[in-house]
Amino acid sequence: MSNDGQNHADRRSLREKDDDEDGSDVALPGASLRLSRRRFLAGTGLTAATTAVLEACKPAAVGGAGGKGAEVAGPGQVPVTLQVNGKERTVSLEPRATLAEVLRTDLGMTGTKVVCDRGACSACTVWLDGTPVCSCMTFAMDAVGRAITTVEGLSSGGALHPVQQAFVEHDAAQCGFCTPGMVMSCAALLQRNPRPTLDDVRTATSGNLCRCGTYPKVFEATLAAARRGSGGSSGAKGS
Amino acid sequence: MADENGKVAVQTGLVFPGGSSLSEVERAVPSDEPPPWPLNAELSVVGKPFPRLDGPLKVTGAATYTADVRLPGMLHARVIRSPHPHARVKNIDVTAAERHPAARAVHVLEHMRGGAKLRDPKQETPSKFPIVRYVGQPIAAIAAATPADAEEVMRLVKVDYEVLPFVVDLEEARKPDAPRVFPGATEQPATAGGGGAVPNVPQQGNVRGPTKTGPLGPPRGDVEKGFEEAEITVENTFRTAVQTHSALETHGVVADWKPEVLTVYASTQGTSTVRDELAEVFGLPKGKIRVVTEFMGGGFGSKFGIGNFGVLAVHLSKKASAPVRLMLDRKEEHVNGGNRPSSVQRLRVGAKKDGSLTAIHLTSWGTGGTATGAGAGNVAKNMYACPNILIEESDVFTNAGPAAAFRAPGHPQGAFALEQVIDELAEKLGMDPLALRDKIDIDEDLGGRNVDSAARRMERKIGSQKFDWARRKPAGSDRGPVKRGLGVAQSIWYRFIDLDASCEVRLLRDGTVEVLSAVQDIGTGIRTALAQVVAEELGLQPKDITVRVGDTAFPAGVPSGGSRTTGSITPAARNAAHEVRRRFLADVAASMGARPEALSLKGGKVLLGDDGGRGIPFRSAAAKLKTEQITASRSRAHDYGGFAPGRPGMNMGIGGFGGVQFAEVTVDTETGIIKVERVVAVHDCGRPINPLALESQINGGILQGISYALYENRVLDRRAGVQLNPNFEQYKVLGAREVPAIEVLLLEEYQGRSSTDAGGIGEPATVPTAAALANAVYNATGVRMTELPMTPARVLTALAAARKGAQ
Ligand code: FES
Ligand code: FES
Repeated sequence: MSNDGQNHADRRSLREKDDDEDGSDVALPGASLRLSRRRFLAGTGLTAATTAVLEACKPAAVGGAGGKGAEVAGPGQVPVTLQVNGKERTVSLEPRATLAEVLRTDLGMTGTKVVCDRGACSACTVWLDGTPVCSCMTFAMDAVGRAITTVEGLSSGGALHPVQQAFVEHDAAQCGFCTPGMVMSCAALLQRNPRPTLDDVRTATSGNLCRCGTYPKVFEATLAAARRGSGGSSGAKGS
Repeated sequence: MADENGKVAVQTGLVFPGGSSLSEVERAVPSDEPPPWPLNAELSVVGKPFPRLDGPLKVTGAATYTADVRLPGMLHARVIRSPHPHARVKNIDVTAAERHPAARAVHVLEHMRGGAKLRDPKQETPSKFPIVRYVGQPIAAIAAATPADAEEVMRLVKVDYEVLPFVVDLEEARKPDAPRVFPGATEQPATAGGGGAVPNVPQQGNVRGPTKTGPLGPPRGDVEKGFEEAEITVENTFRTAVQTHSALETHGVVADWKPEVLTVYASTQGTSTVRDELAEVFGLPKGKIRVVTEFMGGGFGSKFGIGNFGVLAVHLSKKASAPVRLMLDRKEEHVNGGNRPSSVQRLRVGAKKDGSLTAIHLTSWGTGGTATGAGAGNVAKNMYACPNILIEESDVFTNAGPAAAFRAPGHPQGAFALEQVIDELAEKLGMDPLALRDKIDIDEDLGGRNVDSAARRMERKIGSQKFDWARRKPAGSDRGPVKRGLGVAQSIWYRFIDLDASCEVRLLRDGTVEVLSAVQDIGTGIRTALAQVVAEELGLQPKDITVRVGDTAFPAGVPSGGSRTTGSITPAARNAAHEVRRRFLADVAASMGARPEALSLKGGKVLLGDDGGRGIPFRSAAAKLKTEQITASRSRAHDYGGFAPGRPGMNMGIGGFGGVQFAEVTVDTETGIIKVERVVAVHDCGRPINPLALESQINGGILQGISYALYENRVLDRRAGVQLNPNFEQYKVLGAREVPAIEVLLLEEYQGRSSTDAGGIGEPATVPTAAALANAVYNATGVRMTELPMTPARVLTALAAARKGAQ
């Protein structure tokens, strides 16, 4: 085992599968790493990373990414324009950057949280064209041309989204670290199903981990928001 | 202690849904303390449910956690960690790393913080660098401009190890010829973050102990004699797994070293503990260190002190002259972030036919990796009245990451054993488990006192009604494959008080009211509780109060652990607010043509007498302040009447916090799957300040308890020493689908011990859950589950063994 072994084997296993040939990559120069990543981007397609994905939080499906003919980007910084909460944001990023990284680090939008960085907790949930995805499992480049909605973009004109309002009233946040992801999952649920049952809320949040155990209040709040008729009302559907 | 102004009459006792049992007692209240509050029913904001003040920030993503801190020029750090469970570091070559164009600083760790230490440091294996004792132990760290750069640079640090023999399995580690985790006897000194191990305990190989204790230190009575007197004896062995805290925000800091002041943003439960340890490690005066925790994403006991990661980050920041961000990743968090030790508990309880206990003997061992803390005996020591109690606890060292305090250390483990044995005893005696507890859960004085039994008696009563306990059938009555069962278990916790708990309250001329304290809000809602307490004193609403917490620039705050925050800090806030009130009324009295004593503050107004009509708005009154602001700062005073005797140095208040939880489960005897259908939880925590947040915290305690009981298990590869499930796919934590219906009933318990008489709920809420579930599983199936987690495989094995035994 190499002496960096503890830290990145997991991440690589998801995003850079073909870097892992012999486990002795301690002194791999950056260039060869990049080459590997490019191979990965061009060749394997995202479906390789989808095995551990939970309901209601899937990485973005990428049209035509697998196989021949895929466009090769990188390995260096690539300028891209993202549409975040209705605004065009141009950033220069490495093709390997996840949407979560770009939102948090490049755009300074830290409302979206990263907890597991591998699709197992949904803390990083954002919407792509109104559909919740794990931004830690989505390459930023694959979000180009799609409407990205983050927790910062859910409220409009200073007023909280009804789900956010209900979360506040029903105490559906303790430490609050899971909350942005929870809010995005629950608001998306009401968008597609304005009259959910308790079971629907459980299903919608089944991928959202909350270590403080705030679920009962999350259920309560989401059902209360639904009763108030929030579905789609202030839907930031790419707005 | 301040001078006392004699005795004040206070109401003590219980208020519960549908009734109360109260009496008046006299308490010595110091003259500088405000008069005791009446019951919550007579207060306007304290005791009423309030949504948290910081809710809007949390739901919009605007709340800034340590993980979110971004400073200009901030670098990103990574830690180089050992891949070996036991090794001597021969050489560390950082030249390639330092030569990388993106590298900004490299630091090699000189001393390991955390865990046990050799009693005699000379016994340590000779080595230039700290000996590696677990996979993932930090060796060095680097800082670079971007996270991606940091990853590249860290791979260039070359470490040569001499690999040493190791052991990670608990039973293997107990053997006399097992590889030694430490080459000699150990001690674990108390740190800013928590109590250490009992000193001077014998150690044989990896086994440190046993310590032999009873309720107040030494063993009580004579257990041999007690078992001779017993007419019935129940005995069993219980096992619990290692659980990781798994807070969603990992441990981490952003360190910003400047010549004038070191600022550290830390995800911590104790801003002051971080500052104190930084002062010690870096030889800085405390005044040159500022620690900030605006929001933090959970800790559950694991986040005190600066940690190795924090020391590394500060060194990197100093070397690079730039702020450095160092947050652990999820894998590092599982391995290095602390854990609840495992336990094996051999428990034997003797009783008379009428149920009274004659002897309790617990022998326990467990592993907290390279740390102590595996004791599981406190529940058996303190819950029930018994003249003969012997608790023998041992720590077994293994080559695994060090344990840390975890929500009621030792208690969920201990309750899992004791409450099942009591359940079994009741069955053997032909008594209802609640009736047996009515008999043995009593305040007694045999050199000490059980705590909180009066509250639990009431909790059993109202909980059993709510839960409809009467429908409980004999164990294993259901005929079908899916069997339903009901179980109950009890909680015990203590009134820890921290006197280093201070608040400043300010009233400004424009009517602004601020509360300032270094105390941090770890998700329990202390911000809102402080606002309620100050609002109550000043006749305002919580939203009128600006609360600034989580910054050591403010008055000293209590570390949030042991359910002590609310009980320690709210009296300081009330007392400071009371002083501001006094001076405020003195300032405005003249302009109202009244004497200050004739004025009161209510409903956002300054009132003359109790006549609601003749008041002036608070804000207009504030405009009459003689100076721009009135400021008062107060600290927590001793408990009225003093702390509990017999526990020196602990600041343990008299009385306690407890609860009773009822669980209803179904067990699918074909798949082994346990489903928790319903939990009724009845708890007490002194005077409730914000019932809404308390209910959330109790929900959380129950859900963590269910998760502990059914799913969580850290798995180490015994041949490599590596954790096999350092993630959230294979380390299973309860999710939305596993949440039962939960009903919370909260008692008000008045003890008349401080100016708010408030207490905490974090620990007691999680103590009894696994035990209640296990008792319910027994009631469903007639089979005892003696090992946590109660996985489907274990359920099926236990059912099969029972069938075999019956043949
Ligand atoms: S699923 Fe993205 S951070 Fe966990
Ligand atoms: S509120 Fe803390 S993790 Fe959900």
